[in-house]
Amino acid sequence: MSHLLEVIDLEVKFGLRFGDLTAINGIRFTLDRGERMGLVGESGAGKSVTGFAIINLISKPGFISGGQVIFNGQDLTRLGAEQMRDIRGNHISMIFQDPMMTLNPVLTIGTQMIETLLAHRQINRRDAKKIALEKLRKVQIPSPEKRLGQYPHEFSGGMRQRIVIAIALITDPEIIIADEPTTALDVTIQAEIMDLLQQLCESERTGLILITHDLGVVSQVTEKMAVMYAGKIVESGPTDRVVGNPRHPYTQGLIKAIPGNLQPGARLSQIPGMMPTLTDIPPGCAFNPRCPLSDAICRKQEPPFVVVDHQTREVACHMVNPEPSEKTP
Amino acid sequence: MSRTWQRFKTSYLLFSFKEDRTAIFSAVVLLVFLITGLLAPLISPYDPYDPANNDIMNSEMPPVWMEEGETAFLLGTDIQGRDMLSTMIFGLRLSILIGCGAVILQGLLGIVVGLLAGYIGGKIDAVLMRIADIQLSFPYLMVAIFISAIFQVAFGIGRYEELAVPLLIVIIGLAEWPVYARTVRASVLGEKNKEYVEAARVIGLNRWRIMFRHVLPNTMTSVLVISTIQVANAIMSEAALSFLGLGMPVTKPSLGSLIRSGFEYIFSGPWWITLFPGIFLVLLVLVINLLGDWLRDVLNPKLYKG
Repeated sequence: MSHLLEVIDLEVKFGLRFGDLTAINGIRFTLDRGERMGLVGESGAGKSVTGFAIINLISKPGFISGGQVIFNGQDLTRLGAEQMRDIRGNHISMIFQDPMMTLNPVLTIGTQMIETLLAHRQINRRDAKKIALEKLRKVQIPSPEKRLGQYPHEFSGGMRQRIVIAIALITDPEIIIADEPTTALDVTIQAEIMDLLQQLCESERTGLILITHDLGVVSQVTEKMAVMYAGKIVESGPTDRVVGNPRHPYTQGLIKAIPGNLQPGARLSQIPGMMPTLTDIPPGCAFNPRCPLSDAICRKQEPPFVVVDHQTREVACHMVNPEPSEKTP
Repeated sequence: MSRTWQRFKTSYLLFSFKEDRTAIFSAVVLLVFLITGLLAPLISPYDPYDPANNDIMNSEMPPVWMEEGETAFLLGTDIQGRDMLSTMIFGLRLSILIGCGAVILQGLLGIVVGLLAGYIGGKIDAVLMRIADIQLSFPYLMVAIFISAIFQVAFGIGRYEELAVPLLIVIIGLAEWPVYARTVRASVLGEKNKEYVEAARVIGLNRWRIMFRHVLPNTMTSVLVISTIQVANAIMSEAALSFLGLGMPVTKPSLGSLIRSGFEYIFSGPWWITLFPGIFLVLLVLVINLLGDWLRDVLNPKLYKG
């Protein structure tokens, strides 16, 4: 019961003129101190919305329509704006996809770092600057004293993402939500940034929610993961188990689609069809039109969660039998 | 400080300034005007506000290069025997003062309104921008004439002469703020959906801080560009009001009231009373506009090749 973060049946809707669309439909997961978790899925599966929902920052017309986000015993969905601001950036911070866009182009990075501290702590500028320097060193920015006075355009993409991480770390948060932090960077820098993020989370015992569609990154960095499809979690469990032995047909499709698993020259495997848009999610299991195993029951009934693999994993699929001895269907 | 200077010395702004002859010329002329206006009491040969310097016997003297001209009055004298050059220098000072003052007022009002309307949106946006629309649908001269007529009656002509400068600043400032409000709102709408604003919210900053510290500086480019043009506009508005007799009184003439005071005689003798202040005004407004054009080109990110 003493999880650091506990998301219970979270539901997010978008109020539109012709009615409410459900973007996130009752997801649940927990995160402990220092635990690293991956949130995987296609574009539009609701990964980022989940991230924003945790810090209660869904922009209109979206709103949290149900469920709870318990952080340190407090339900974040019921906090007032003032209390929520104290959580954001202070206890839970977020890293975005594109470091070119997330830094304000007209303020020096020093200003942007110090500002975060001043917003949350009762300290003076000089101490704030000291902390900023220390964090810049932690993310391995060379000559931080000089860099502190520079503007974002004077940094390369990888450097900027390091600075974004430094800003996220500056208040020593308990949780960092990283929303595709390496998508905008090239591959070598991606690896560096992911290593750095992993190291820092380990050494500071910071919880990490890594939102990505890159299964490779997830399996390297995280301890557990959840696979999202059309606003729901379809499979969750320890990362090595989920990646090594996927049980949900969607997860299986995803893992088959990784190019590395193929013979050179062979056609890439892909899941046929596209994820449904929020306006026409099919009845029953949302994945059924694309599922190779789909059956009559899949079109009628939403699949319940089935606990498998010695109580460590949950899968939402009619075709998975609850017995732990059961092999892949 | 030296670092800022270093940055400026290598900036694209300075580089393109040095490349552009029109910009250099305009800047030099404007600088001369500004210094002249600022140091008017030191530079001008006479103090036109001191009645002791006005001798009716000297009235309507032509400029020095004409037959009846005197070296004491380089550009001649006006009806009351005031030295034209001194009067123009003091008039220039007043015109620049009113122009800049009105733009600062417009800017403050317009920026705050535009920022609130653009960032908060919704009902506040609708109400503020409709007020701006309504204001813009009145010809500003009509509004200005109306306000200054009321003030003249309320304070009496004597008091009005003392209060003319701040009054004109307020009148012109109030007449043109919607221009700023619209420009700022438009840029705020573009900026507020950028990720750095989202990031600032994620950090946990409050909305005032995000508005004034994060969004506002990013809209300053367009504000800077319209400001130059608005200064020129405000100077012209002041001249127009003074020309209509609603601006600066003849005892404390601005360029506009000088043009007006000589206008009756322009075809019957002392043409210089109108012509020289006219040239001053045209030059002043022209160089400000040219500088504004240059600034707009330089700060336009689509043309930026730095």
